[in-house]
Amino acid sequence: MKAIEFKDVSFRYEEEAPFAVTHLNFSVGEGEFVAVLGHNGSGKSTLARLANGLLTPDEGEIRVLGTLLGDKNLYEVRRNVGVVFQNPDNQTVATIVEDDVAFGAENVGLPREEIGRRIDFALRAVGMQDFRTATVARLSGGQKQRIAIAGVLALKPRIVILDESTAMLDPRGRREIVEVVTRLNKEEGITVVLITHFMEEALLADRAVVMNRGELVMQGTPREIFERREDLVTYNLALPRIGVICETLRAGGMDVGDTLDAGTLAEEIAKCVS
Amino acid sequence: MKDVSFGQFYPVDSFVHRLDPRLKILFLIAYIVAIFLATNFYGLAACAAVLLLTVVAAHIPLGKVLRAVRGVTFLVLFTAALNVLFYGGETVYWEWGIFCVSFEGIIFSVFLALRLVLLVVCSSLLTYTTTPVSLTDGVESLLTPLKWIRLPIHELALVMSIALRFIPILTDETQRIRNAQMARGADFESGGIIKKVKATIPILVPLLLSAFRRADELGDAMDARCYTGGKHRTKYKKLRFTWRDAVAFLVGAALVTGVVLMRIYLSAPY
Amino acid sequence: MRIVAEHLSYTYNAKSPFETAALKDVSLTIEEGEFFGIIGHTGSGKSTFVQHLNGLLRLPSSMKKYRPKKPKKGQAPLPATVLKVGDFDLTDKKTNFRALRRSVGMVFQYPEYQLFAETVRDDVAFGLKNFSEEKLTDEELDSAVRAALEVVGLDFDELKDKSPFELSGGQKRRVAIAGVIVTRPEVLVLDEPAAGLDPLGKREIMELLHRLHREWCKTVVIVSHDMDEISENCTRAAVFADGRVECVLPPRELFRHAQRLTELGLDVPLTAKLCALLQERGIEIDCDFTVQDFCAKVLDYARSHPKQGGGRA
Repeated sequence: MKAIEFKDVSFRYEEEAPFAVTHLNFSVGEGEFVAVLGHNGSGKSTLARLANGLLTPDEGEIRVLGTLLGDKNLYEVRRNVGVVFQNPDNQTVATIVEDDVAFGAENVGLPREEIGRRIDFALRAVGMQDFRTATVARLSGGQKQRIAIAGVLALKPRIVILDESTAMLDPRGRREIVEVVTRLNKEEGITVVLITHFMEEALLADRAVVMNRGELVMQGTPREIFERREDLVTYNLALPRIGVICETLRAGGMDVGDTLDAGTLAEEIAKCVS
Repeated sequence: MKDVSFGQFYPVDSFVHRLDPRLKILFLIAYIVAIFLATNFYGLAACAAVLLLTVVAAHIPLGKVLRAVRGVTFLVLFTAALNVLFYGGETVYWEWGIFCVSFEGIIFSVFLALRLVLLVVCSSLLTYTTTPVSLTDGVESLLTPLKWIRLPIHELALVMSIALRFIPILTDETQRIRNAQMARGADFESGGIIKKVKATIPILVPLLLSAFRRADELGDAMDARCYTGGKHRTKYKKLRFTWRDAVAFLVGAALVTGVVLMRIYLSAPY
Repeated sequence: MRIVAEHLSYTYNAKSPFETAALKDVSLTIEEGEFFGIIGHTGSGKSTFVQHLNGLLRLPSSMKKYRPKKPKKGQAPLPATVLKVGDFDLTDKKTNFRALRRSVGMVFQYPEYQLFAETVRDDVAFGLKNFSEEKLTDEELDSAVRAALEVVGLDFDELKDKSPFELSGGQKRRVAIAGVIVTRPEVLVLDEPAAGLDPLGKREIMELLHRLHREWCKTVVIVSHDMDEISENCTRAAVFADGRVECVLPPRELFRHAQRLTELGLDVPLTAKLCALLQERGIEIDCDFTVQDFCAKVLDYARSHPKQGGGRA
């Protein structure tokens, strides 16, 4: 059974408007960590909204954990698919951290004691257990996004989608988020779909896919994607700095492979010199 | 977040902070009743004493409390001045046309000013010591009976709490937009009323757009977290009465009774 | 215009329980013609400093805050605060702040959210109208707006009558920047100009800033979290921490102090990280931390330290 399965899905925001997503076939296996790359307007965010029923496809069908998405089972589907959005300020309902994390669990009518346990679990999973009674407004951007992830985790979803959740953060905040979701995937076995325009963040994913003009144009391991740099440029994706370095060194005659990790690159450089 | 003092939660742990929000709301109502039942200075002194006790028990710095009062200084002085001038009374010190300053007028004005100050301090104490969420929970719980006449109490309460949550964000945003437009030479101070109103457009338009955008995104985030309205919903923070609430209840009850008794039996000079 | 700040301090909510010293005795000089970077955490005082540069945080009513505290008996008097932007003396109440603001353009974070007018033309012209003493003719406005849009890489004829809200994210940000530079400020200050953009957008904005620096504004000051951005673009950078200036150095020297920066909770550029990793392996690379120079120096090193056994260098 696939965690998420898109079959020939098309969607547009308005009639006559160009399709945001066209004939998309895409699936994510259970327990998989998939990065979705694409420049602004490539349709990658539409994907997230379709996957948990915030948008309904015009054509095609979407299955989540085997269930065909329809008006009747939205609520069930959303319990299993958590989405974290872009702006850290526009996702929290409550002023105090624990109240906000509780929101989803309250919505599905869990008993009080269970909600308490879920808050413990969720805050620990994102490393924010010391901030339980803190005021959300006083946290940093990265911390706010971790709280947003915790708010989603309190529903114990089997799939978590991050819809450009790192776009508004500074480099440190971005790293925090990527670390958290990687841990969730490895330790809790949660299926993760990380939608981003920073290729560096795709490094730890099992698989990366690239979207362009509403279509899925490339997929493979992050490394395979990364090696096809001419294609990436045509899809308006900028090569990350480390990629530029690898390429320049190679052009200068140094035998280094492609990597997105600074440690690996340093190791490779060290091997090439005495 | 520089000058939004009124209505801001002050995050410390204290006796008052831990009280049941419903009780705090009821206490506030009882307190207001007491203030207006107090017809002599003894009664008012009792009210002030209880309030002082509450401030101390709430661990709120006095400066913060006084800041809330500062916001209404003008209102207090203005109404007091009006009352001094128009009250009438017997022991007249000064008279001119319809104006008349009398001993009774001054006493009455002082009374009124004190009441207003106590009222403001007490209500700001409620918001200083209660998070918007528990405040809304309290209001929701107290208004539950109205569900029988099909008022959407839960939705109203949620709207209120979200509004409270976004006030600091939008205040910050207003300041930022204002600064940005000032950097582009916008002038919000000079000119007549029409010019001033026109000058706010460069602030209002972006602010409204931003509020709509935020509302939109928040709506999606709430939907994604399975929000479907008040049905089937549980509450993590159950409101429960504890010994603290019992103490506060007794204090409130004693105050009202005391004030009533003083009103009846203590004939004060004023 | 040279920017000089000496012994500048600023406190929010002075004399209240929420008193926070945002700037503590800051001294900093930015020379005319620099592409200057300001680095620091949220709350390090960098935004407070920047807002002083065009008087947004120094209205006449706040004069008091500039007067140094009276020295205690037996102590030397505290040094006087100096804050000058070109010939404008910002500690002087009589300074013409309008003229100052015209000379110091300020682009705030996410400037596209400050657009408000019905058309792109009106929005860009807003600052120009505000700052000019006499009423400008439509032709004058149009030509100034055209020039400003052109320099940010947008087409005047195509966009002038469009609503700014119909544009794409990147276009909106450019329009917002055009709305600031339309008055041809000598100094341009930008707070996180590339925040929220995708990598390509970030690169385009930095290219735009260099173009502006060459053709339009003599001095450019950017506030940024992104150390790669700083190392690749700035002539010098100041590190703010806890209301003080920690150091002011060219990136080439600044990022040698990688450890100190990390202690302050700041990042270092990727190239500096790689240099540190290589150093651990006994390879010393002395570069200016731009990608080109780093690669060149690594290749130089490989040539002078070829792998034994005749491997490729």
